[in-house]
Amino acid sequence: MTGSILFQAIVFLAGAIICVSIAKRLGLSSVLGYLLAGVLIGPYVLGYIGEDGQDILHFAEFGVVVMLFLIGLEIEPKNFWKMRKTILGMGGIQVAGTMLLSYALFLFMGFEWKVSLVISMAVALSSTAIALQTIKEKGLMDTTFGSSSFSILLFQDIIVIFMLGAIPLLSNAEGGTTGGNHGEHANLLDTLPLGFQTLAIILSVVLIIVAGNYLIVPMLRKVANTGVRELLIAAALLIVFGISYLMEYVGLSPALGAFLGGVVLANSEFKHELESTLEPFKNLLLGLFFMAVGASINFVVIAKSPLTIGGVLLAIILLKALVLFITGHIFKLKLDQKLLLTFSLAQIGEFAFVLLSFAFNLNILNNDQMDMMLVITALTMTFTPIIGMLNERLILPRLGTKESIQRPMDHIAKSQKIILVGFGHFGSTVGRFLRSHGVEATILEQDSNRVDFLRKMGFEVYYGDATRIDLLESAGIAEAKILICAIDNPDVTREVAKLVKTKYPHVELMIRAQNRFDAYGLLNMGIENIYRESLETSLTLAKDVLSKMGFRKYTLNRQVKNFIKYDEETLRRLAKEPKDEKNYIFKARQELEQQEKYLNEDFKRGIVEYDKHWDSEAIRKTLLKTEDNM
Amino acid sequence: MKKILVLFSHPKFESSRANAVLVDHIKDIEGVTFHDLYERYPDFHIDVPAEKALLDQHDVIIWHHPLYWYSCPPLMKQWMDMVLEFNWAYGPKGKALQSKICFNTITAGGSRDLYCSAGTNTFSVNEFLRPFEQTAKLCGMTFYPPFAVMGTHQLTNDELIQHAHQYSSLIDLLQQGVTVGDFKGCAFLNDIPQLNTN
Repeated sequence: MTGSILFQAIVFLAGAIICVSIAKRLGLSSVLGYLLAGVLIGPYVLGYIGEDGQDILHFAEFGVVVMLFLIGLEIEPKNFWKMRKTILGMGGIQVAGTMLLSYALFLFMGFEWKVSLVISMAVALSSTAIALQTIKEKGLMDTTFGSSSFSILLFQDIIVIFMLGAIPLLSNAEGGTTGGNHGEHANLLDTLPLGFQTLAIILSVVLIIVAGNYLIVPMLRKVANTGVRELLIAAALLIVFGISYLMEYVGLSPALGAFLGGVVLANSEFKHELESTLEPFKNLLLGLFFMAVGASINFVVIAKSPLTIGGVLLAIILLKALVLFITGHIFKLKLDQKLLLTFSLAQIGEFAFVLLSFAFNLNILNNDQMDMMLVITALTMTFTPIIGMLNERLILPRLGTKESIQRPMDHIAKSQKIILVGFGHFGSTVGRFLRSHGVEATILEQDSNRVDFLRKMGFEVYYGDATRIDLLESAGIAEAKILICAIDNPDVTREVAKLVKTKYPHVELMIRAQNRFDAYGLLNMGIENIYRESLETSLTLAKDVLSKMGFRKYTLNRQVKNFIKYDEETLRRLAKEPKDEKNYIFKARQELEQQEKYLNEDFKRGIVEYDKHWDSEAIRKTLLKTEDNM
Repeated sequence: MKKILVLFSHPKFESSRANAVLVDHIKDIEGVTFHDLYERYPDFHIDVPAEKALLDQHDVIIWHHPLYWYSCPPLMKQWMDMVLEFNWAYGPKGKALQSKICFNTITAGGSRDLYCSAGTNTFSVNEFLRPFEQTAKLCGMTFYPPFAVMGTHQLTNDELIQHAHQYSSLIDLLQQGVTVGDFKGCAFLNDIPQLNTN
């Protein structure tokens, strides 16, 4: 052990780089890599990190706050309101059910009722960090399972406020907030009577919404106008820190506040800017958090009573899983979605550290109980990703939606194989049209509900993540002629394209791009067949407008074709242009700059004057002129 | 009263001075269906059943188009290829167009005297229209000589309006059921005595 901060940083970074790349190579989630890195560098294996693990854990919990802010950014207020039933319903059933079962379990084990109650609260909460990170990494946020997990986690974030409020009431001795061992700083809520507490909560939520619209957005505009990149990073961090501070001051969960802040800013023009700025911070902090969890596993405690800990660990995971499975069942999830939900949320979450140490400080828990629960929490966090992986690799392929199903040979033995990645709105249209020509594309799809439906319709469908080369291989990429990528996530698209281009260069790639910026990236990767989803539809609309105004349809049709050709040429030319650093600081700005360039090009090109086909007027003028001269 | 179908095809109607005037004088006459092919089928995807139904409802079919490279614009040809189906328009069971009347209304930049063996275009307009004549014959239709507005580049607006009046008068005659016998010896319908009384 060494006190040098530099040395610690080196240990964490090196541990992360080595373990996460190994985990990724093995096809495991990065969370597992970080956790194992933590165990490895922790006090019981290599011993690089000592008792300070707990402090790092507290610091790194900020990663969860940043993550929820980012998730908030992706949810528009309107959609959030739509989710209220699932949040309350699924979340309520999960928390109540888990608390009830675990309370009974710990009572049965002979713990005092207060202790059992506190522990059951901790057990009921799952790890937002682990679950959401894994879900996002696999791009499953849009599936039923993804949104169910998210709803439950969000409910837990809300309910934890009440738990923190209730724990002091269970305190044995002096009662209230005074009994702390080293005193959690007193927050505003504790000093207020109950009615005012509710009022304070509502007020702070309103404050976030108002500040988001009338303070943060104007501030971001000013910052963006300065054109200094790091100021925007500072501003983004300031927003998250500010909201967290406000929330902690009032006594609410900073993660919940950050989430609300994100939702408020989801409609602003800075959405993408904030996302790309905070993303690296979130990832590093979460990585640190997972490593700290790994490092905090106390192997001495485990060694003292391995059977008890093993038993309780197993019982907790089982009972959490059971409740989740039942919750999924009540809300009519399909079997494989239920299983995914069951295993992704079966761990005890990071809030447990907060709840348990709070209760410990209030003398509700004793040292042994505290140690045991901390170890079990960290262990559940380590084991659930492993169970989740086993579920995906071993159980799911057999149950519910299988990764692939065998089809008669004559279907597979088509001489020209087409692979279609993604069967959403875009991909389904592509697939339907191909099929209407007797071309059966092999489909790769992430949503199991859709997979089942497609299989029922007789499609050959592989279920899973298209960035997994083994899945692509079993779908037959080696003998494929064309791979169509029709998914809407540009990052996944790029990853798939890169993977196929390097490993199977003979496969022709035909790629859906959302806009010019996607197209630039893909063009610079050397991909030729790029289909911008916004191009033809918008031109069709513009064409119809002009037609309604009296322009001739056939001429408009030809002009649309001309425009597309010209736009593609401009796109290719501008993609090659070296990027001027100063102009490319902000993406929002960059977009405006681009619009300006295109409009200028349009201006140079002029209105459709150059088209002289079938124009008798030009011939007439020339003829009349020559006659005059004669 | 005979019903008249004008199958109009011009790829750039908006910049045709001559056709703007001609069309303007006939398109709203009662009993005349003005069918603008390039506007209806800008992507060349012709609705064959609809076109057949339209033909069924009319007695006189006019192929109205500019004369480009001695023929009709491509959509007009596409229309013929698609609509005039075997065993509908021609063939042993193809009686749908039997005894309908059919002719071309054309506009041409070159004047009439260029279309003869001594002129730059070598052949007469009637000779260039032979494919249409034979098409009509195969479908059992009565083919009339064309109504032609020639030398459009040199025509003044007043002269164009003159032609347009002739066109609408012609349509009036056809509606009344004037037959081919009256047109004997006329190369163009423009020449028939009924249109040249004054």
